[in-house]
Amino acid sequence: MSIAPASPPRAPSLSLGPIVAQGALLVVIAALIYEAAANVTAHMQAQGVPTGFGFWNQTAGFDINLSLIDYSSLSTYGRAFWVGLLNTAMVGALGILFATPLGFLVGVARLSPNWLLSRLAFAYVELMRNTPLLLQLFFWYNAVLKALPAPKQSLAFGDWLFLNNRGLYVPKPIAEGGVWPFVGAIAAAILVSIVLWRRAKVQRDATGAGGAVLAPSIILLAGLPLLAAIIFGPPFTLDFAKLSGFNLHGGLQLFPEFAALLFGLVVYTAGFIAEIVRAGVLATAKGQTEAAAALGLPRSLSLRLVVVPQAMRLIIPPLASQWLNIVKNSSLAVFIGFPDLVQIFAGTVLNQTQAAMQVMAITMGVYLAISLLLSAALNFFNARFALKER
Amino acid sequence: MTDAAFVRLAPAPALSPPASLVGPWGWARANLFSSATSTGSTLVLAALALWFLPSLIGWATWKAVWIAPDGAACRLAQDGACWAFVAQKWQYLLYGSYPESEHWRVNVTEVMGAVLIGWLLWTGAPRKLLGAALFFFVYPIVAFVLLHGSAIFGLPYVDTIRWGGVFVSLLVSLVGIVFSLPLGVLLALGRRSTRPVVKALSVTYIEVVRGVPFITVLFMANNLLPLFVPDDYAPDRFLRPLVGTVLFAAAYLAEEVRGGLQSLPKGQYEGAAALGFGYWRAMGLVALPQALTLVIPGIVNNFIGLFKDTTLVSIVDMADFLSAMDNAMKDTVWSGPTILVTGYVFAGIFYYVFCAAMSAYARGVEKRLAAGRNR
Repeated sequence: MSIAPASPPRAPSLSLGPIVAQGALLVVIAALIYEAAANVTAHMQAQGVPTGFGFWNQTAGFDINLSLIDYSSLSTYGRAFWVGLLNTAMVGALGILFATPLGFLVGVARLSPNWLLSRLAFAYVELMRNTPLLLQLFFWYNAVLKALPAPKQSLAFGDWLFLNNRGLYVPKPIAEGGVWPFVGAIAAAILVSIVLWRRAKVQRDATGAGGAVLAPSIILLAGLPLLAAIIFGPPFTLDFAKLSGFNLHGGLQLFPEFAALLFGLVVYTAGFIAEIVRAGVLATAKGQTEAAAALGLPRSLSLRLVVVPQAMRLIIPPLASQWLNIVKNSSLAVFIGFPDLVQIFAGTVLNQTQAAMQVMAITMGVYLAISLLLSAALNFFNARFALKER
Repeated sequence: MTDAAFVRLAPAPALSPPASLVGPWGWARANLFSSATSTGSTLVLAALALWFLPSLIGWATWKAVWIAPDGAACRLAQDGACWAFVAQKWQYLLYGSYPESEHWRVNVTEVMGAVLIGWLLWTGAPRKLLGAALFFFVYPIVAFVLLHGSAIFGLPYVDTIRWGGVFVSLLVSLVGIVFSLPLGVLLALGRRSTRPVVKALSVTYIEVVRGVPFITVLFMANNLLPLFVPDDYAPDRFLRPLVGTVLFAAAYLAEEVRGGLQSLPKGQYEGAAALGFGYWRAMGLVALPQALTLVIPGIVNNFIGLFKDTTLVSIVDMADFLSAMDNAMKDTVWSGPTILVTGYVFAGIFYYVFCAAMSAYARGVEKRLAAGRNR
């Protein structure tokens, strides 16, 4: 007797339940958004608030004390937006630039065999991570920078640096005739050095012995610009700050708001980066460190050549989110009066135009765009450098 | 046979390790002077510590002004902290302008919250489900009635404009965690859902909120929330930042919970399906209890971040602890060169103790969980 072949399993019936439920969810959310939008328009019309983006081209009428582009109180709100965005970008970029190496230093110090050094790094990390950033900013701004002496009693370091309650004054480089040849010489030197390093690496990979490139690149990097300066004249002269009357004039003034924000962001974020670096290094297999030691590499070389390159895969993703945090946290500028995007745009412009909806949408859109860009870059990095499993 | 024969019959007693390798001297050699660089950094750091620590400790203790009726003594003692200022402003720093006769209501609320949190966080506690129900459903109502006042219970009404100090900092972070955890769990489930609409909505919400600074969310809650709703439902000025805080924290908690759900072995979900559990029973009875336990350290770390972030609510005119301190420091009776540093250092100690305690707890739980997994 043969057994009847089992009938093939039934195809799962297409259930309508989930589709209906999701449709209903969409309808509910759309209705909520519609209701909110209707309320917003009604409120804005009732309060006589502009509902469009017409304010963008109107005269702003307020001053901004730090601007990377031309700006005066006669400029438009749109211009003010760009000033704020550029200031945010500047603080973010400088913050990332300084916080990353500091964080790596502290993270490595935290793992140092020297007990005193590792304890000190530990104390630093704990202090930074367990107190609010805003408190730290207030401390640097109100208790340290604002408590400095008045310009007349500036703390002076020769004729070069002056520190007082109006900021830090450094010599200001003023471009002269030789500036473009000078910049060109630096660029050329960097390009040639990169080519040299590349070629040396190819040679080293192929033959095991590579030409010495460090000395030639240093000579190039120092010599070419010097040569340019001798031929075309000095690239720039320095304008020193001088005390006249009750204030310092000339030089480049770094406002205390800027200094406090940048410094606060850097030392705060470095604490977090240090923990990321430490975790990444500790997660690298112990055999790697031991093998490096067995090869006779000193600790510094073993870290640089063996451990950190492997730890990088673990370090980069959380490091990128710390970079993003620097950009987002720079919005705390509004508390100490540094003119960043939030202070200028979501603060002053919003108050003057009352166009809360448009202003908040633009502000949040900018931060969102920055964060999405960084995520995209990170995904690209991960795809490229992820461990290739065989 | 020579008579120079000597055969040892028992093993020689073990020599003790060289004196240079044990004891404090050995420890110092290994940990402070192991190499030339190590010795160098030890000497530099020790010199710095000797130079800096005594003046720091002196500033905080014997040179400080401990008892004074006003700022006169502090203005004279310029090398020391002015703790008398903190002592004088203590009530204000704790409660803001909450009427003094009603302070017990704040205290009762805080003690209740502490007991419930202790119940939930203490790993060996019994009847946790009951504790969770009390904390997430009953406690908010009781706390609201106690703090805000109610004619039925004979509690005088206290306007939110008078709330302030440590009390507000704790309140904002507690409200943040109580309401954002359920919302975060829903968002995490939504993000892992197979339903495309649910998933897309959850992902959009989480990524948008995580992409913007907290301060813009607060601005939005403060400026736009009243525009979104009909006038009759316009939220109280104190409620708006709270809504913003909850919406903000939920996105971050959702990512923590998602991490927990993802780290569960697939067999758990398959086991639940094999038992014939539907989606909600599989999640509620099998996946979430395990995932939430796993992410307790993450949730606590999030709570630390939230607690530090409560300092930002002062931008929308809530008088949290830090802004209460800022206000107190503006008192001309106490103004002096040491007040600012004293106030900020005290605030720093407060936040440090709070956050360090919580992160120590998180580390402890992490260790316990790892011990279970690494058997």
